[in-house]
Amino acid sequence: MQINRSPQVFDVVVVGSGAGGGTAVKVLTDQGMSVALLEAGPMLNPARDFKEHVWPYQVDHRGAGAHAELYFGRQQWGFFAAPVGYWEIPDEPYTVAQGDQWRWFRSRIIGGRTNHYGRISLRFSDYDFQPEDGLSDAWPVTYDEMAPWYDKAEGFIGVTGTREGLRTAPDGNFLPSIAPRVHEVLIQKSCRKLGIPCIPSRMAMLTKSINGRAACHYCGQCGRGCISASAFSSSQAMIFPAMKTGKLTMITGAMARELIAGGSGKVTAVSYVDKATRTEKQVRCKAVVVAASACESARLLLNSKSVRFPGGIGNGSGMVGRNLTDSVGYALGGYVPALANLPRHNSDGIDGMHVYVPWWLLDDKKKSFPRGYHIELGGGFHMPQIGSFHGVCARVQGYGKQLKDQIREQYGAAVSLSGRGEMIPNKNSWCEIDPVKVDAWGIPVLRFHFQWSGNEINQVRHMHDTFTAILETMGGRVGGGRPDPKTAGISEGGAIIHEAGTVRMGSDPKSSALNKYCQSHEVKNLFVCDAAPFVSQPDKNVTLSIVAFAWRASEYLAEEMRKGNV
Amino acid sequence: MSEDLEYSRRELLRHIAISLSLGAAGERVLTARDAQHVHAAVAQEESAQNGPYQPKALTGHEYATLQRIAGLVLPADERSPGALAANAAAFLDFLCSASDEMKRIYTGGLEWLDDAMRHRGNGGDFLSASPERQTAMLDLIAFRENQAEHADLAAGIDFFAWARQMIVDAYYTSPIGIKELGYMGNTAVAHFSVPQEAIDYAVKRSPFA
Repeated sequence: MQINRSPQVFDVVVVGSGAGGGTAVKVLTDQGMSVALLEAGPMLNPARDFKEHVWPYQVDHRGAGAHAELYFGRQQWGFFAAPVGYWEIPDEPYTVAQGDQWRWFRSRIIGGRTNHYGRISLRFSDYDFQPEDGLSDAWPVTYDEMAPWYDKAEGFIGVTGTREGLRTAPDGNFLPSIAPRVHEVLIQKSCRKLGIPCIPSRMAMLTKSINGRAACHYCGQCGRGCISASAFSSSQAMIFPAMKTGKLTMITGAMARELIAGGSGKVTAVSYVDKATRTEKQVRCKAVVVAASACESARLLLNSKSVRFPGGIGNGSGMVGRNLTDSVGYALGGYVPALANLPRHNSDGIDGMHVYVPWWLLDDKKKSFPRGYHIELGGGFHMPQIGSFHGVCARVQGYGKQLKDQIREQYGAAVSLSGRGEMIPNKNSWCEIDPVKVDAWGIPVLRFHFQWSGNEINQVRHMHDTFTAILETMGGRVGGGRPDPKTAGISEGGAIIHEAGTVRMGSDPKSSALNKYCQSHEVKNLFVCDAAPFVSQPDKNVTLSIVAFAWRASEYLAEEMRKGNV
Repeated sequence: MSEDLEYSRRELLRHIAISLSLGAAGERVLTARDAQHVHAAVAQEESAQNGPYQPKALTGHEYATLQRIAGLVLPADERSPGALAANAAAFLDFLCSASDEMKRIYTGGLEWLDDAMRHRGNGGDFLSASPERQTAMLDLIAFRENQAEHADLAAGIDFFAWARQMIVDAYYTSPIGIKELGYMGNTAVAHFSVPQEAIDYAVKRSPFA
């Protein structure tokens, strides 16, 4: 087969355009490097793709899906949301080992998941990098080393917040915070009574214009994609500006197949399948940044086998694919009578919570699980959608004026609490290349193994009791029954969409694939810049750290290239 | 989304791009007025529908029956029009045209309803029954516990749960339903604030009063 090879040798090929790939593209083009960006999905056009401000009645199916998928539990994601992503991609399957459970969400679009993500932006703490309990390995970096990179990341993407001086929620370079909504005021009072902190949230939405991006106009629809780019996305804030530099070559619809190693043992080209023509092409490079999302990055490395790298490129340690984690998830909702018939006002604000609960029991040695979690809050008057009142319909039978009155009374009176906790890496949770199955492009797919341990189950039980206490202290009534005692209602692995750990960093090449700059120990011109390098899964959503680590890795890569070390 | 809506959104977004102007401090500012213009204009789309809705999937009889049920589930009252005026049945019919699975739920359910009316009364179907007999039937199928006493109601209870939930969806996602709820968002504001009276209202009614 004839393979179409790019005549140009790019300084760097970046694989993936989400938080990590976007950051690499921005930093490397700022440094004058020539960059080619491979993205498995199409180009993003916010004007066409984002459904911000559209009312449900402006669409025939009102968001239920062209074939009413929502009503049959088959909708991939909310119709109005902006992920261009899926739990199942027919052409790109994966398998799960028998007896295990795992779900894998993938976006296929320029910007990846940053077009729609929750934008919760929390720094990892000092103890996250250097765990004191010995249950997971230390990172090869400290908080103090990372702090300046967090400053840069926050300064660029824009993060709301207040300085609180909490060890569990390190302060940053914050934009002004935003006023709490009515239900959030009640939750704050409830937390105060229980001795739990509840502080202004740290979100990547611009409460003030910075870096040429307009300030937020508070429509609360960030998950639909933001046409004014006031909510951070790598597509709008990083990649589109980089396209104007003339340094960036976009290659979309490109499914990376393999990193090609030359005689020197370095990556000389990236082989990919051009989805439109189903032909294999190669783009040549001096260095590569893999940022395809934790599991896709591991897959690409594992599929890059050669005589020199029989277990996959950069996998001399055997760690590629190992230590797969996701955040621990648990949610509890309730009805708050104090909010019944609340005087109407516009509570849209920024999408998601205006205040949140950082971890508060760091020094409690008596609890039944290690590490911790934070609590995300939901509530307020949202734009009515299909399903907004399914909860009321489940609680209230009958019909007629009394149903209408109940719905009006309860509108805006429901609140939800969602825990996002730390999972300890375990030997039963990992991914590998499926021995049989390939995707529509002929590329071997991933087979997942995933199990929670008792640590996570106990943590979820603690979440249930805490959320119940917070709700009841404000006079709320918890919805739903007590969860299944065996699983305690824990989320399915992968469902929180915070995969990490599968190409981990470390000081020892025998037990890690990357050094502290996200650079392969074995292949000096190979970098991994998503959440795959993360040694653990702190209870602080990964995206801000992906940006900080990718920024640092990219500056290091540029410097090493200038010195001729790569 | 219709082609027209797509087109006008493109225009509006172009307008946004133009109105993103450099402010005094070099800030890019989308004025609240410009953003509001965009929201309002998008909202005006499509409301210009031509003539009454013609059912695509259901027969005239089925559609009329569904309209009657919609009117009973969420009636007009002194505050607002009900699900009949909000064309809830049109949304249900549209989804029946989009999904065979959905269509079976409605054609089967409505047939069950007529059949049950005939067996329990003087031979007429649901639509031709008196309002009292219509609500008497709904009183049977709107409550899950009735199934214990009347096992033959199971299919009707199941159907009514589908219809009721989707009528609720249709109504509250319509302009009439959104107004009835009093949702005031989907708009652009320069600053976000929470009215003190709303906070006071909730706190006074809470255990923290």
